[in-house]
Amino acid sequence: MKKIFGYPESLTPSHTHYCPGCTHGTIHRLVAEALDELGLRERAAGIAPVGCSVLAYNYFNCDMFEAAHGRAPAVATGAKRCRPDLIVFTYQGDGDLASIGMAEIIHAANRGEKITVIFVNNAIYGMTGGQMAPTTMPGQVTTTCPAGRNPSHEGYPIRMVELLNTLRTPAFLARVAAHTPRHVIAAKQAIREAFRLQAEDRCFTMVEVLSTCPTNWGMTAAEANRWLHENMIPYYPLGVLKRPAADETPVREAAGSLIGV
Amino acid sequence: MAKVLMKGCEAIGEAAIRAGCRNFFGYPITPQTEVPEYLAKRFPEVDGVFVQAESEVAAINMLYGGAGVGKRVLTTSSSPGISLMAEGVSYIATCHLPVVIVNIVRAGPGLGGILPAQSDYLQATKGHGHGDYKLVVLAPSSVQEAVNLMYEAFELADRYLTPVMVIGDGMIGQMMEPVEIPPMRDLADLPAKPWAITGAKGRKPNIVNSLYLSEAACNANNWKMKAKYDEIEKKEKRWETYGCGARELDVLVVAYGTMARICNTAVAEVQASDNRKIGLFRPISLWPYPYEALAKEAKKAKRILVVEMSTGQMVEDVKLAVLGSRPIDFYGLTGGLVPSPDDVAENLRKILK
Amino acid sequence: MPRIVVDEKRCKGCERCVEVCPQGVISMSKQLNEKGYFFAMPTEQPRCLGCALCAINCPDVAIEVFVHGTHYQFFTY
Repeated sequence: MKKIFGYPESLTPSHTHYCPGCTHGTIHRLVAEALDELGLRERAAGIAPVGCSVLAYNYFNCDMFEAAHGRAPAVATGAKRCRPDLIVFTYQGDGDLASIGMAEIIHAANRGEKITVIFVNNAIYGMTGGQMAPTTMPGQVTTTCPAGRNPSHEGYPIRMVELLNTLRTPAFLARVAAHTPRHVIAAKQAIREAFRLQAEDRCFTMVEVLSTCPTNWGMTAAEANRWLHENMIPYYPLGVLKRPAADETPVREAAGSLIGV
Repeated sequence: MAKVLMKGCEAIGEAAIRAGCRNFFGYPITPQTEVPEYLAKRFPEVDGVFVQAESEVAAINMLYGGAGVGKRVLTTSSSPGISLMAEGVSYIATCHLPVVIVNIVRAGPGLGGILPAQSDYLQATKGHGHGDYKLVVLAPSSVQEAVNLMYEAFELADRYLTPVMVIGDGMIGQMMEPVEIPPMRDLADLPAKPWAITGAKGRKPNIVNSLYLSEAACNANNWKMKAKYDEIEKKEKRWETYGCGARELDVLVVAYGTMARICNTAVAEVQASDNRKIGLFRPISLWPYPYEALAKEAKKAKRILVVEMSTGQMVEDVKLAVLGSRPIDFYGLTGGLVPSPDDVAENLRKILK
Repeated sequence: MPRIVVDEKRCKGCERCVEVCPQGVISMSKQLNEKGYFFAMPTEQPRCLGCALCAINCPDVAIEVFVHGTHYQFFTY
C-alpha cells in the first residue's frame, strides 16, 4: 500500500482551534504542502496575524513570529531585509491586511519585498465575533452593520489584489478560493507558485484566498460554500492578475523617463 | 585617533555602524532626519540595508522583524513618532528582543515644534507602551557622549535582550562637535542568538511571540521580565556629579542632557561670583534612575533645584529620591525655548536669597 | 484497492468530505468523538477511487489516502 496523501511535515501535529468547516485549516495545509514540496521548511519564517489564525505559530512547523495587528508585512520586511536567505511569509485575515494593515501591505508590495502574503478573505471579522470587514459584501449582515452593509454609509468592499495591481513594482498577485475541491486544487497551484517565486528571489507574491466563515455567517459549512460561490466570486474575480515577466528585474530608469515600459 | 567634526545625528548613525548595526528602519521627522539620510548614504559602503518605512508604526514593526532574526537593528525618531512606536516597543520588550531606539526630542505635546525640549522623560521612563515593561533610557549631554552611549546601547540591548533608548534633544541632534569614533566592531564577534528566527534546520522551531492567553504563562513572562529589570537596576545606573565634593552644599542642581551642560556653566558662574557652594547632579541613565546616588548627594544640600526643558517631568523622580527630606524648586522652559546660563543663574540666585 | 483512513480524533464533523466524495464512500458516525463531534467514516470503502478529493477538502487534515497497484490520477495537485 502506498500513501498518496498524508500529513505534511510543515504542519505540527496539533489539532487546530478553527471551527468545523473553516477553510483556515485547508489553507494552512496548502501552505505546508507548498513548503514541503519546494523543500523550504527549514528556511521558512512565518508571521501570524491577529485574527482567528493568531495561533498559527502553533500550527506551522517552522520558525514563526507573532505580529501586531496589521503589521505583519512590516515585520516581514524587517526579517527579509535583515536575512534575505529566509523564506518569509505572512498569513493574514481581512481585518489585519485590509483595514488596520492597509498601509503596511501597500508599501511592502510597492517596495517589492520578496515575501509571500497569504490573504484569507472571508468578508467578516471572525475572531472578535463577526463584525464588518473592509471586504464585507453589500447587504451582508454583521454585528456592526446589523441592517446589512450599506454602501452609501459604509462604502463598497475593497478588492485588494486589484488595488495592489495598480502598483508598478513587479509582483505575483492571484485570487483563488477554498470552498470546493476544484478551487482548492487551483489555490494549491497559486500558493506553490508564490513560494517558488520567492525561492527564486523574484518578487513580491500574494495569494488572496476567498474563504468561508460558517460560524459568523450563521450558516452550515455547506451553505457557506454556496454563499461564497454565489455572492463573493462575482465580486472578487478569480485568477492570476499579475506575474513578473520572465526577464523582469527592477529597472533603473533613465533620468528623463517618467513612465517606464 | 583623530577627532572628526560631526553633526549629532550623523555621529549617532556612525556610532551605530561601528557597534555592528547594518539595518535601519525609520521615517523622516525633524529634528532627526539627518540620521536616516546619513545612513542611506553610508550603509551601502558597509553592506548595510536602509529602508525608509511608510510610517513610524511600520518602522518599529520592521525593527521587531529584524531583531527577531538576530540582527542589530536601529530606528530613530522624534517625540510624535516615538508615540506611534509605543505598541511596537511593548511587543519587542515582551518578546525579549534587543533593539536600539533613538528619540531626538522636540517640543510638544501634539505636533508641537521642531526645536529642542526634554518633555518626553515621563513617556520614556514611566509610560510609552502598555503593560509591565521598562525601557532602558540613556541621556547623553554632548555629541561625544551620544556616540559612546550609542555604542554601549547595542551591547546592553544584546546583554539583557531588551529595548534600549538613547534620548537626546534637538540640540544634541543638530549641533556639530568634534568626536572620537569607536573602531568598527567585528560582525563575526557579536553575541550568539540561539533563540533567533534563522530557519528551523536541525532544531525545533523558534517562536517570537508576545501572546499569552494562559494567565499563568502571562504572569510568568511578566516576572521573567521583572527579574531582568531588577538586574539592570542593580548594575546599570549611571550618573555624574560636578562640584559635589564639599560636605555641605547650598543648592544641589539636578539636570540631564543639554540642560545639564547649561546648568554647569550657570553653577560655575554663581559659585564664583556669589561665593556659594553649589553642586550639580547629572543622571545619565534615566531608567534605571540613580535614586540612591542622588539621595546621597541631596543629604549634603539645603535645597534642590531641578532644571528641565519641560514643565516638570524628571522632578517627580527627584521627589521620589529625597522623599520629602529637602525642599525642591523647579525651573523650566519648554516649547523649544532653551534656558540660557543667565536664565538658570538668575533662578539660582532667587533661590539662594 | 484504494482506501482512506480517517483520524476520528481530528475530525470536527464539518461533512465537507461527505459532500465532495463522488462515490459516496463516507458517512457520518452515530457516536460522538472525544471532542463531541460526529466524525466521518469510510462506510463504502470498496467504492473508493483514491481520488483524494475528500483529503484535499478536509480542513483538519484528518484523512490519509492509500493506493495499491493501478492508481488513476484525475488531476495534478
